[in-house]
Amino acid sequence: MNIVVCVKQVPDTESPRKLKSDDNTLDRGAADGVINELDEYAIEEALLLKEAHGGEVTVLTMGPEKATDSIRKALAMGADKAVHLVDDALAGSDALGTSYAIQQVLGRIGFDLVICGSESTDARTGMLPAMLAERLGVPQLTLSSKVEIDGSTIRVQRLTDYGYDKVEAALPAVVSVVEKINEPRYPSFKGIMAAKKKPVETLSAADAGIEADKVGLAGAASEVVDATEAPPRAKGQIVTDEGDGGVKIAEFLASKKFI
Amino acid sequence: MAEVLVLVDHVDGEVKKVTLELLTAARRLGEPAAVWVGPGLEGAKEKLAEYGAAKIYVAADEELTSYVVAPKVELLAQLVADKSPAGVLVAATGEGKEIAGRLAVKLDSGVLTDVVDVAEGFVGEHSIFGGAIIAHAKVKRGTPIVAVRPNAIAAEPAPAAAAEEQVSVTLSDAAKSAKIVERVVQEKGERPDLTEAAVVVSGGRGVGSAENFKIIEDLADALGGAVGASRAATDAGWYPHQFQVGQTGKTVSPQLYIAVGISGAIQHRAGMQTSKTIVAINKDPDAPIFELVDFGVVGDLFQVAPQLTEEINKRK
Repeated sequence: MNIVVCVKQVPDTESPRKLKSDDNTLDRGAADGVINELDEYAIEEALLLKEAHGGEVTVLTMGPEKATDSIRKALAMGADKAVHLVDDALAGSDALGTSYAIQQVLGRIGFDLVICGSESTDARTGMLPAMLAERLGVPQLTLSSKVEIDGSTIRVQRLTDYGYDKVEAALPAVVSVVEKINEPRYPSFKGIMAAKKKPVETLSAADAGIEADKVGLAGAASEVVDATEAPPRAKGQIVTDEGDGGVKIAEFLASKKFI
Repeated sequence: MAEVLVLVDHVDGEVKKVTLELLTAARRLGEPAAVWVGPGLEGAKEKLAEYGAAKIYVAADEELTSYVVAPKVELLAQLVADKSPAGVLVAATGEGKEIAGRLAVKLDSGVLTDVVDVAEGFVGEHSIFGGAIIAHAKVKRGTPIVAVRPNAIAAEPAPAAAAEEQVSVTLSDAAKSAKIVERVVQEKGERPDLTEAAVVVSGGRGVGSAENFKIIEDLADALGGAVGASRAATDAGWYPHQFQVGQTGKTVSPQLYIAVGISGAIQHRAGMQTSKTIVAINKDPDAPIFELVDFGVVGDLFQVAPQLTEEINKRK
């Protein structure tokens, strides 16, 4: 089984994140890049499925040069190879452009199963996996907390507001996973060493057959018109409990008409 | 005035509050037309009318709810083609965002997700990076599709006709490829939904055990609120995962948020920072959660929280 895991490098949540002042896109130089946390669960699920059913796990990322850090981590966890789509023309792409670009690459490299994290910690749109399913015309098995494969049939539990849906489809398919699904492994020393020898194919937009006018800031169908730092919250009142802390909160809530 | 399509979020005919918020927002943008998918409209129609639905497009065919997301997208795409609305509003829930995304691909239209407000011209307001930045965005091409965060816009009634029109769509094979074979409804209890609740009380690492979450539940119940948990608490297995508030969990925006034994790491703040009033109880005076609060108590949650619950119940 040919499993492709889509991975995104994102600014570290713990470091200051900002937008560039000229075009309001993410300032990727301002913060340390790390692998998007939910994508680690996607990698883990791909590795588990490979261990159970055989096949190969390919990591696919679209992003600047330094996204290789995230690729190395995924390979160190156990993925077999990687494809890195990197091109200045892709900078500033919105979710529409990004899903188009990834679709083009997937069309070239082929897949039985695409696995994504359910959202990224930077943009948090949560749309990309569904958009990929739409573009590829394959089943959408997203927000999955459990994945099972039985021959060419795939079954997942899809989280819903009321619990979950049991969903069934035929491969090929797009899956997105939530963090409940597994516990991602840490790369072993052996894995880190092995990762250095694993193949990483670099593709430009042209290599992948991506039409330049459909991606990048110019191809985006939406735009940020302004961005400002949120006004700091007015400093609140903080008291030390002297045996009446609960009563003090109640008084505060009463003053605000909550009780 | 051009129509604005509002996809109704409902569970078996029970309309989610976010739908009323969407109808309220839609009135600023044009004439709200609700889109109802599945059975159960009878009990819900009055509510949609009360909040300003001039029209209701009804697609009752069960086939539309038998597969994941795609059928609703094909229905909306057909309505956009037939009715030329000014835009489409959906709830920024897990599924709502997926619907918005697929519809954007189908229509090659711009899409804004998880906006906390939407103004004339479909200009969306985003609260990003855990609330650190307020950004405004708009759509450059196609029919604007906007997914609005639940509880961010106050619903206000404005009665309208709610004229029903039956609609149907012939689904493509691709739309029928991910079949829902069973719906599992988990015990919800009497508490309001986390993302829709006016009051949310969350417990974190300081709570210490699953049993101790009773303290959080008691306080939430005294306030008629929902219970949330930090990632530390859900990872430890003290409270079910679906109640996690934060970056990788739910984003909530209640009138009142009470954080109990939660330090307030960015991971958590990203999920609750747009709450209107924030109260915290934590034994560490340096906990970052205190940077956000309107009122905070430095103290032992096992003393302060039960006392607060008792005081609230006393005042009822």
